[in-house]
Amino acid sequence: MAAPRIIVIGGGLAGLAAVIKIAEAGGTVDLFSIVPVKRSHSVCAQGGINAAKNLKGEGDTTFKHFDDTIYGGDFLANQTPVKAMCEAAPGIIDLLDRMGVPFNRTPEGLLDFRRFGGTLYNRTAFAGATTGQQLLYALDEQVRRHESDGKVRKYEGWEFLSAIIDSKGTARGITALDLRTMELRSFPADAIILATGGIGAIFGKSTNSVVCTGSAQSAVFQQGVYYANGEFIQVHPTAIPGEDKLRLMSESARGEGGRVWVPRAPGDKRHPKQIPAAERFYFLEEWYPKYGNLVPRDIATRAIHKVVYEEGLGLNGQPMVYLDLTHIDRATLDRKLGGILEIYEKFVGVDPHDEPMKIFPGMHYTMGGLWVDFNQMTNVPGIFAAGECEYQYHGANRLGANSLVSCIFGGFVAGPNALAYARSLPAAEGDSGAAAELARQAEINSKLLQNEGTENPFKLWRELGDVMTKHATVTRYNKGLKEADEKVVELMDRYKKVNLSDKSQWANTSFAFARQLQNMLVLARVIVQGAILRDESRGAHYKPDFPERNDEKFLKTTKASFNPDCTGPRFELEDVDIQHIKPRPRRYDVAK
Amino acid sequence: MADKIVQIEIKRQASPDAPAVWEKFEIQWRPGMNVTSALMDIAANPVTADGRSTTPVTYDSNCLEEICGSCAMRINGKARMACSALIENLEQPIRLEPLSKFPLVRDLQVDRSVLFENLKAVKAWVPIDGTYDLGSGPRVFPQQQEVNYPLSNCISCTCCMEVCPQFNEATGFVGAATIAQVKLFNNHPTGKVFKEERLRAMAGDGGIQECGYAQNCVEACPKQLPLTEAISDVGRDVMVQKVKDFLRK
Repeated sequence: MAAPRIIVIGGGLAGLAAVIKIAEAGGTVDLFSIVPVKRSHSVCAQGGINAAKNLKGEGDTTFKHFDDTIYGGDFLANQTPVKAMCEAAPGIIDLLDRMGVPFNRTPEGLLDFRRFGGTLYNRTAFAGATTGQQLLYALDEQVRRHESDGKVRKYEGWEFLSAIIDSKGTARGITALDLRTMELRSFPADAIILATGGIGAIFGKSTNSVVCTGSAQSAVFQQGVYYANGEFIQVHPTAIPGEDKLRLMSESARGEGGRVWVPRAPGDKRHPKQIPAAERFYFLEEWYPKYGNLVPRDIATRAIHKVVYEEGLGLNGQPMVYLDLTHIDRATLDRKLGGILEIYEKFVGVDPHDEPMKIFPGMHYTMGGLWVDFNQMTNVPGIFAAGECEYQYHGANRLGANSLVSCIFGGFVAGPNALAYARSLPAAEGDSGAAAELARQAEINSKLLQNEGTENPFKLWRELGDVMTKHATVTRYNKGLKEADEKVVELMDRYKKVNLSDKSQWANTSFAFARQLQNMLVLARVIVQGAILRDESRGAHYKPDFPERNDEKFLKTTKASFNPDCTGPRFELEDVDIQHIKPRPRRYDVAK
Repeated sequence: MADKIVQIEIKRQASPDAPAVWEKFEIQWRPGMNVTSALMDIAANPVTADGRSTTPVTYDSNCLEEICGSCAMRINGKARMACSALIENLEQPIRLEPLSKFPLVRDLQVDRSVLFENLKAVKAWVPIDGTYDLGSGPRVFPQQQEVNYPLSNCISCTCCMEVCPQFNEATGFVGAATIAQVKLFNNHPTGKVFKEERLRAMAGDGGIQECGYAQNCVEACPKQLPLTEAISDVGRDVMVQKVKDFLRK
């Protein structure tokens, strides 16, 4: 039998982790990525990666990591895979260490750990404040090694368009677009793994990179893959507001002792350093004495919104609060947080060693994503998913520094399972529908290029981002969500009149963007309608009209399936695996 | 300030064979605006200063926070990252051009894959036995970590190569970024198993002897890598290796 062919789409941590496992097990991989894989969005992760190594004599255990993760996610995550992830995490840190990740060290030369949100343990390994970059580089180097050995072939600068699915409903390959030559091609495969990251672009401005559009997820959703828990969107409490994006200011700033505050007097015009301690409102520390500044992100974000919008205490009446590191000595800050302080100084022009940073919450992460089983396979045989693009590990709210570990663990599970699946797959019949799928994609492309209309795709996108940010982030009302859904329908209609100002067939970025936009619109409705249906508050999903968690009705996974009708996606609810830890109320003002 | 106009001139080229033309744009200034957000504004309204419709500008970008290394270009003649180039700090009209030392793709987009090929040539990786659980890694003291971490911060933007007078087709010089990675992996307790191979790769044509010590690289590096220090350290190791190899003959 011929060696199985696996396609991995996405070269961030999850995709590269899968590639390495497959290459190591003797498989060969075609790796597709819009950007050179070393430029993937994983580089933006800052603060660290969680693993209960218990190197600080605190009695930390992998079970405590598991419990913190489930509790932090408000009991919505299926527990068995989360438990497996937490148990694997210490081994993953060791592996990364062996690969040469320059983690910060203790004086004895051991791995150093710091605290992060939603836990009372020092459980986060870190490389300065550029941990994601360092981890991605380590995996990138290992993949380059396998590439040199001929086990991996990279297609960088190619964008995934769709899966090829045969008459029996089994995935048999992909179609993809060369973003330079605009060549459309089909690639056969026995299994494909999507590791295509986040969906930040649906919200316009977010902490995500430009490529995080969710387009690939939406494409396979429209081909029959379920999308789960789409309504759970993480808004990070501390981002630097910006013109083109919201730049993340890592939770590690608080992990190293950073304090969030506002002046007690509304509109206090004094320089922050001149405001005495008694006249500062350290609201997280007052409201959540046990966890203080390190409450989980959904809690901190809502607290900042409350202080700004309900109590009118935003800095100079603006939607911003202070994140203050000025009480920590310069050398410690540089050693542990250098990378992020440099970002702040470069983009804001103020040195955070000397002056408190001005921050505000920003859309950051999707807990929801493609539905997968415990082997990381979706409901379409042969399509696997790993990393942020799937829904499995974070429930209703992700804890800081759990994303890097879930990416690598998910990739490590998906890779070998995809290979095993591919090895037992019966041979394809004919072309498995490749020619038909290619023709369908060519039709979409030519229609888009020839379309005569008046709408600019970048303008439509800005309107999408505005309405999603307004109604589908921190605080949600059914009325606003319905408005957002109607707006998305309007945008879908106007999209039909999109007119590309660039109709060329060479490195046409607006063409690629317009295709992504169509997919973003489809996914936006999954998010908004899922939020409408969930009449409760759980983790990042907060409805003031339904302020309590309702386990009886909604301790369930939302599963959306595609419906081409104008009513939008179909929804069903699925039971959550709660066999290890019994759900209990979630609160952070006291130790749990 | 509210109605301040930003003047931008962009060198456009529709394809590698097409003629280069300059287009002028006038866009609305907003506080905190950077070059990438100006390019996004042009995409949303692709009209030149004299009112002519044009196409959105093709350029590489991804993270927009100077960590992915994508958006390097020449801004007012200087190789730098477009995302961290704040409009208010730039002299106007702002002139945007593609990097000049790499094959042009379109407009401000160039092909920088040569750097990734160089990294293959010097085996810029740690040869681990496998990804299965083999226990903890080698002990590394903080003093060593503090040497390695800055070298590992290279974002592959290629600014150091763009500004290097020796980086051209005649010399085939690998450039400073690759040399810094040679130092990084030769420093690693496991990575150094390939030390001799890496040094020999640096000893031939296009290797370290091509460096003319202009020191432009270290000034252009947006992440402040200690590039000249890496070049002199690797240069010394290459010399030692050459002597050893000569004596072994």
